[in-house]
Amino acid sequence: MSEATPAAGHATAHAIEARGLTRRFGDFTAVDGLTFTVAPGEVFGFLGANGAGKTTAMRMLIGLLAPSAGDAWVAGHRVGPESEQIRARIGYMSQRFSLYDDLTVRENIRLYGGLYGLADAEIADRMGPVLERLGLAGHTRELVGRLPLGWKQQLAFSVALVHRPAVVFLDEPTGGVDPITRRRFWELIYETAAGGTAVLVTTHYLDEAEYCDRLSIMVDGRLAALGTPAAVKAEAGVASLDALFLRLTRPGSAA
Amino acid sequence: MTQAPGGADVVAEGLTRRFGAVTAVDGVSLSVAPGETFGVLGPDGAGKTTLFRMLATLLVPDAGRARVLGLDPVADLWALRAQLGYMPGRFSLYPDLTVEENLAFFASVFGTTPAAQAHVIAPIWRQLEPFRRRRADALSGGMKQKLALCCALVHAPRLLVLDEPTTGVDAVSRGEFWELLGRLRGDGLTILVSTPYMDEARQCDRVALMQGGRLLQVDRPAAIEAAYPRPLVAVTGGDRLGLLAALRAHPHAASAWPFGESIHFTDTRPEVPAAQVAAELETWLAATGQAARCAPIAASIEDAFIWALGRAGAA
Repeated sequence: MSEATPAAGHATAHAIEARGLTRRFGDFTAVDGLTFTVAPGEVFGFLGANGAGKTTAMRMLIGLLAPSAGDAWVAGHRVGPESEQIRARIGYMSQRFSLYDDLTVRENIRLYGGLYGLADAEIADRMGPVLERLGLAGHTRELVGRLPLGWKQQLAFSVALVHRPAVVFLDEPTGGVDPITRRRFWELIYETAAGGTAVLVTTHYLDEAEYCDRLSIMVDGRLAALGTPAAVKAEAGVASLDALFLRLTRPGSAA
Repeated sequence: MTQAPGGADVVAEGLTRRFGAVTAVDGVSLSVAPGETFGVLGPDGAGKTTLFRMLATLLVPDAGRARVLGLDPVADLWALRAQLGYMPGRFSLYPDLTVEENLAFFASVFGTTPAAQAHVIAPIWRQLEPFRRRRADALSGGMKQKLALCCALVHAPRLLVLDEPTTGVDAVSRGEFWELLGRLRGDGLTILVSTPYMDEARQCDRVALMQGGRLLQVDRPAAIEAAYPRPLVAVTGGDRLGLLAALRAHPHAASAWPFGESIHFTDTRPEVPAAQVAAELETWLAATGQAARCAPIAASIEDAFIWALGRAGAA
């Protein structure tokens, strides 16, 4: 897919850098020339209507899908030729989080620590702080399937962070949880970002978009807005992100 | 079999359903008037689906009883099913049938045809018609939900039971779905709808806040908002994490939670006017080196839900 000369040792200070990132399926262009950056420690909101191309873009950035054109670097490695290195440096939490319901809390953390290449001793070292932070210390032997949804989501997030990645991708992490759990989850996101990890997050809750340092809104495969919440609202002359989202996505929302 | 004029379309008394050790619905009582749009708000696992399945003849309660359109959902299930449109939470249509094939199939189950019901489904069909020959699995999330609504409506039911029709659908498509429901309300249809999105509460005549199998509060959305029992202040500006920490350390803090651009601060003292709390808070924050604007605000349903969760000890 990609030609030679992968800008060897591309000196990017960005956690994510996309330049004209494009993906076509047949004659349909799902992602059309995305160009944006995400800084270390930044919380970046990745918004758009259903079908706008967010998932396709995210799948390219985490190395599951090759770009048709354009380039992207994640954690300093080039998407495509260096997908293996990228996967070791990122965390990913999908909508249907990938925890094993029939394993215990402890077993899930060990499993993912191992998959992310951590040694047993490292996993043992990190297990305690993770459980402590989630208030799960007393529940290590409990099957994950028995945990309330909000705990599962926080555990899935922690598991995605257990190898201390440079970038973490969260795909609708707060769907379906109660308003308090949703907010606690965002406090975990802030703590993670404060530690230098870049966070790229998708959500259908536009109030959560306000919690992002910067955000983008995808419409029909392109970035229709990019900037801080205050800047994108000011640029469009609207009072709320709801109004902006409505204006940008309604033409494409009929089908 | 028909109920008295002025009677409720849906009545539940102490409705309870257990799954093993879990009580999914725990003594729920409610009543929905004819023509009313009644919303059940709550997160995943609150018991919304189990409650709706009992009312829609799909699950037998362990305790309590229900009357729906004057009928018993257990004893009169066939009579009730003919008058009730149910839209399950998971996409329930045939993915490899087209839009019009799905609609014709669901009509035939109830011994009718889409053509015979054209007047009932007209507002929705107008939006679906351009995609009539598209396979259901090739529709966008928002259009799938509209097709499911159309199929639930095609036998002209008197009551619609919609289980999370807008979950996973983007904000714009959610708005469009509610516009459609608004038109059906105009026709006098009774609608029972559940949602995890708090902002949809204001679309309902009355809402129930549900968590842990129980109803925490039932009322008109405006009444629930007006009943917020403490002074509420919106705090804007500064570094959010720093502000949150500072506000939670305030001697009269009941809670402080991010709400979009601002942080909502609830004071513990019911008797102090919110304007006074705001003024005090701004001075206090300034003294701790945090410059932020503080203004009294009216509570939203989401504020009320958070308050109710805290009181129920479910948080």
